[in-house]
Amino acid sequence: MRLSWRSASGRGLLYQAAALLVVMVLGWFLASNTAYNMAQRGIQSGFDFLWGPAGFEIGEGLFNFDSTQSYALAFLTGLGNTVRVAVTGIVMATLLGTLLGVGRFSRNLLVRVLCSAYVEVFRNIPLLLQLLMWYLMLAELLPAVDTPMTLGPLELSKGGLMWISRSAHEEGALWALSPEFMALTLGLTLYTAAFIAEVVRAGVAAVPRGQKEASAALGLSRLQAMRHVLLPQALRIIIPPMTNQYLNLTKNSSLAVAIGYPDVVSIANTALNQTGRAVECIALVMAVYLCTSLLTALLMNAYNRRVALQER
Amino acid sequence: MIPARPAPFTSATWLSAVRQHLFADWNTGLASVVLLLLLGYAGTHLLDWGMLRAQWMPDVAACRADGVGACWGVVAEKYRVILLGRYPLEEQWRPVVASSLLLALLLVSCLRSFWRPWLAVLWLLGLPIYFGLMKGHLWGLSLGLTAVDTDRWGGLPLTLLLSSVSIALALPLAVLVALGRRSELPAIRALCSVYVELVRGVPLISVLFMASFMLPLFLPQGLTIDVLLRVLVGITLFAAAYMAEVVRGGLQAVPRGQVEAAASLGLSWWQTQRHVVLPQALTAVLPGLVNNFIAIFKDTSLVTIVSLYELTGALGLALNSDADWRPFKLEGYVFIALIYFLFCFSISRYSLWVERQLALGNPS
Repeated sequence: MRLSWRSASGRGLLYQAAALLVVMVLGWFLASNTAYNMAQRGIQSGFDFLWGPAGFEIGEGLFNFDSTQSYALAFLTGLGNTVRVAVTGIVMATLLGTLLGVGRFSRNLLVRVLCSAYVEVFRNIPLLLQLLMWYLMLAELLPAVDTPMTLGPLELSKGGLMWISRSAHEEGALWALSPEFMALTLGLTLYTAAFIAEVVRAGVAAVPRGQKEASAALGLSRLQAMRHVLLPQALRIIIPPMTNQYLNLTKNSSLAVAIGYPDVVSIANTALNQTGRAVECIALVMAVYLCTSLLTALLMNAYNRRVALQER
Repeated sequence: MIPARPAPFTSATWLSAVRQHLFADWNTGLASVVLLLLLGYAGTHLLDWGMLRAQWMPDVAACRADGVGACWGVVAEKYRVILLGRYPLEEQWRPVVASSLLLALLLVSCLRSFWRPWLAVLWLLGLPIYFGLMKGHLWGLSLGLTAVDTDRWGGLPLTLLLSSVSIALALPLAVLVALGRRSELPAIRALCSVYVELVRGVPLISVLFMASFMLPLFLPQGLTIDVLLRVLVGITLFAAAYMAEVVRGGLQAVPRGQVEAAASLGLSWWQTQRHVVLPQALTAVLPGLVNNFIAIFKDTSLVTIVSLYELTGALGLALNSDADWRPFKLEGYVFIALIYFLFCFSISRYSLWVERQLALGNPS
């Protein structure tokens, strides 16, 4: 093969070499600038700060965290909080979204209209705004902590949702959800459910019409047809876009920083402001999300292969 | 044995329509009654709060009185700050004129008969005019207006600017990246794939943090870029990765025979893409692209986290420091939610309309 502009393969090689060269020069340029700037401003670099004491409190987490513990542990607490919100949100949004999506096929006009109205309203308002609204309602418009709304053992107030034990020997809250957690989960669930509803609707609509007619001919009710014939087949179409929605929900949980829920991004933000190590903190956050994204994609792809049609 | 079913409805009065759609059988009838009751309950409460007991005048004392519902006076009092941010009061005609211009440009870009090369020229002329009006000077050239720095820009003009400019810049980039991912050259394909997967794997907020904290470190000493520009670059790079995936879907949908036919006609690779593949691919994915535009429009609200006061941030700016009006923040949120909704909903309806227009053009 000759390296010539006249042959297609020669041009290809030249294009690739040029592209690689540009990327490498750009990378070198940015890296050298960063090194120079950091030296100029006396910014220290490296991940050694992770082992120093964090010096800030974290309001909630899977385990207790106090300010003498290290930054690394603070990041882990934040990661745990992200996972907690993401998992709760994914489960609830899937349930609600599937109901709403299936509701679009109801024979009842009112159900159809309500489901599509829900989708339009929640899809077309920015998630951040919805989160801020839920947080405002939960943290400011609810009654004060000492005069909560009660429903059986549940108490709802500005302090969050609490399960109060009223037995004589064990007074106090058995578990509690902070208003930040509730606002974030509620906002993410309601927002993502609108998108999942569209995914489910498109999936069910894509099942060939004959399937529905065949199940009607077999005497299945509409609910039975949906449950045993349409949804299982729609599932194959639904899985890839559903994976995207799960990933979106996980990434969107980073908006926690706006309402003060201590997820991994807020912890990184606090750490960044305290230590000034912007590069390291942002790199950590990006690494965390990249890993979660790749892991989720891997799991869902494996599941997708399992339910895919086995064709020869 | 399947029981016999009643014959379908044939008459078409509204009563029979109601019966058919709401009370066809016991189950749907029950569901209708329950839903109607719930709707009636929620509806009357909302109507009572939002209209009947609402206070429309910008009067704090009246809003705080007992038994008053929503206080829409907060919008009447604060609409300038909410819509225009911290832009100097006496110069506020400038963002209004500039955004009207931008909106007109956007509307024109929506019409298919204007999808011509000169539309790009129009944008290249329109954007400097927008920036000139907003800043008061252009590339050091004074326009006889008071200079207003970008940190005072805010509200709806900023939202419109961020979304339209990042869409306009991201689209060509996305097409290039998508072509790169489908390329036969392994190095180009790898570079484009890494870029797309990397960006799609991280949340926008981390990209914005990067643009606002890290970009200054990346640049040579003495070169500083305005925070607005940095954020614009961040949103553009983020949006381009998502759009590139949509465009790639379109490229995959173009039948192989088209490329082979183009090759047999003697078209070069670039000619094939430009005249044969891209027109078909972009038409096929236009609805998907418009969905992306809506997502970008909503995502611009995140720049408030890196202290740029677009619509969402401007509301906080208007109310957070004002103890009198702060209790009525919910009404303010409802107001800007309505603005966002109007924009996003009309773009999505536009997408449906374009889809129908294009379907008319290519009967299948």
